[in-house]
Amino acid sequence: MTAPTWTVHVDSGLCMGSGICAGAKPGVFRLDGPAAEAAVDQLAPDEAVLDVADMCPAGAITVHDAEGTEIGPRP
Amino acid sequence: MTAADERTRQYPFNKQEGLDLDPAYRAARETPGMIRVQMPFGEPAWLATRYEDARFVLGDRRFSRALATTSDEPRTQSYQRAGGILAMDPPDHTRLRVLIASAFTVRRVEKLRPRVRELAEGLLRDMVAAGAPADLVDAFALPLPVQVICELLGVPAEDRHLFRAWSDALLSTSSLTLEEYQRNDSELRAYIAGLVALRRAEPADDLMSALIAARAEDEDRLSETELVELCVAVLVAGHETTATQIPNFAHVLLANPDRLAQLRADPGLIPAAVEELLRFIPLGAGSAFARYATEDVQVGEVLVRAGEPVLAAIGSANHDDARFPAADTLRFDREETSHLGFGHGVHHCLGAPLARLELQEALRALVTLDGLREASEPVWKTQMLVRGPRSMPVAW
Repeated sequence: MTAPTWTVHVDSGLCMGSGICAGAKPGVFRLDGPAAEAAVDQLAPDEAVLDVADMCPAGAITVHDAEGTEIGPRP
Repeated sequence: MTAADERTRQYPFNKQEGLDLDPAYRAARETPGMIRVQMPFGEPAWLATRYEDARFVLGDRRFSRALATTSDEPRTQSYQRAGGILAMDPPDHTRLRVLIASAFTVRRVEKLRPRVRELAEGLLRDMVAAGAPADLVDAFALPLPVQVICELLGVPAEDRHLFRAWSDALLSTSSLTLEEYQRNDSELRAYIAGLVALRRAEPADDLMSALIAARAEDEDRLSETELVELCVAVLVAGHETTATQIPNFAHVLLANPDRLAQLRADPGLIPAAVEELLRFIPLGAGSAFARYATEDVQVGEVLVRAGEPVLAAIGSANHDDARFPAADTLRFDREETSHLGFGHGVHHCLGAPLARLELQEALRALVTLDGLREASEPVWKTQMLVRGPRSMPVAW
C-alpha cells in the first residue's frame, strides 16, 4: 500500500512562461526554457499545488489525483 | 514583403483621439524585420509590430524590464516613471507577484461575479433614472471598476476623487514636470501608507490585510516599501484600464450595429465578444515599457544586441492578419483568440480574470439598454498611456 499520489502537467502550448508556478512551488515546477514543466513525476497531495494551478495566468497547469481524476485547476 | 527599412521613425504613431490604428503599423508589419523608432525622450528602440515578434519579445526571458530603470528608456514624458512591479525581473518580480496572484485567480474572481453584476445593474439603473443625456464614463464605466477594486483591496471608494487625480497624473504621458510627477507619486504612496497603518491595527477581509499578514509572517518576503507599492499598483492598474475599455467597447459596438444586435439577441456571446474587443481595440497611443536585451537575441530577421530596447506594439500585433485572418473585422466567432491585449510572459496582466469579469458584466448590463446611442462625440483623453473617452455623452 503506497501513499496516494498526485501528478501535475504543464501544457507547453498554453504556458507563457510567467514563472508563477516555479516561483510558488519550486520543488514541483521548474522554468528553464520558454515553458515551465513538472519537476517531479509524482507528489504527495498538497493543497498549495492546487492553488498554483488556479494561479497560472495561462491555465496551463492540470493536477490529477491517484485515480487519474482532474482535480485542478478548481472550477 | 519589401526590403528592410532602416530609417528611424518618430513614435508613437497613433493619434490620441479615437481608437484608430495608424496605417504605419500595417506598412511596418509588411516590412521584413523590425523598424527603428525614436520616442520624444530616451534612446531609439526596435519596434516589434508583427504578432510573432511581439509575443516573442514579451515572453523571452532574455529580455529584461529591470534594465530599463538604469537605461535611458524610450518614453513620451521627460522623466522616467517609478519602477514598481512592472520594472522588475524574476526572481524578485515572481516573489511579489505570487503574493497577490492568489487574489486574482479565476476561481476567486468568479465569486465576485454576483456583486459585480449587482453593481453594474445598479449603476445603469441610476443612470437611466437620472435621464438622458448621461456621461457613460462618470455614471457607469468609472464607478464600476473603482468600487470593485476598492472593495477587493480595502480602500474607501469615497476617496475616489483623491486617488483618481493622483492616478491620472502617474499614468499621464504629458509634460508634467518631474516635481509634479513626484509630488503626485509621493501623495498617493502616503495615502496608501496611511491605510496600511489603519489595516495593520485593524485587519479586514481584503487584499491589503492579506499582504500585511504575509509581511508579518516573513519580512524577507515583502518589504514595507514593496507592500505600499503593490497596493498602489493594484489600485491604479485595477481601475484605469477597465474604466477606459468599457466606453471603448460601447463606442466600437455602436459603430458596429450588427455586432451589437448579435449580442442583444444572444448574451451567451458576451465572453467571446469581450475577447474580440480586447483584441480589436488598440488601447495604447503607442507602445510603452520597453524590453531590454540582456544578451544578443535573434528576433525574426533582426539580431538585437545586448543592451538594446525593443518595444512590442500590442495593438499592431493584435491586427496581424497572419495570426488573425481579416484582423480588421470585428467578429465573435474567431477560432484564434489568443490576443496580446493583456500582454504576455512574466508581466501578463495580473488582473486579467477580474478585468474580464468586469468587462463581461458591464457589457451584459449595457446591451439591455434599448436605443443606446452617443448623444454627441466623446471627449477623448489626451496624453494618457491608454486611449479612450474622458467623457462619453449617451442617450437612449
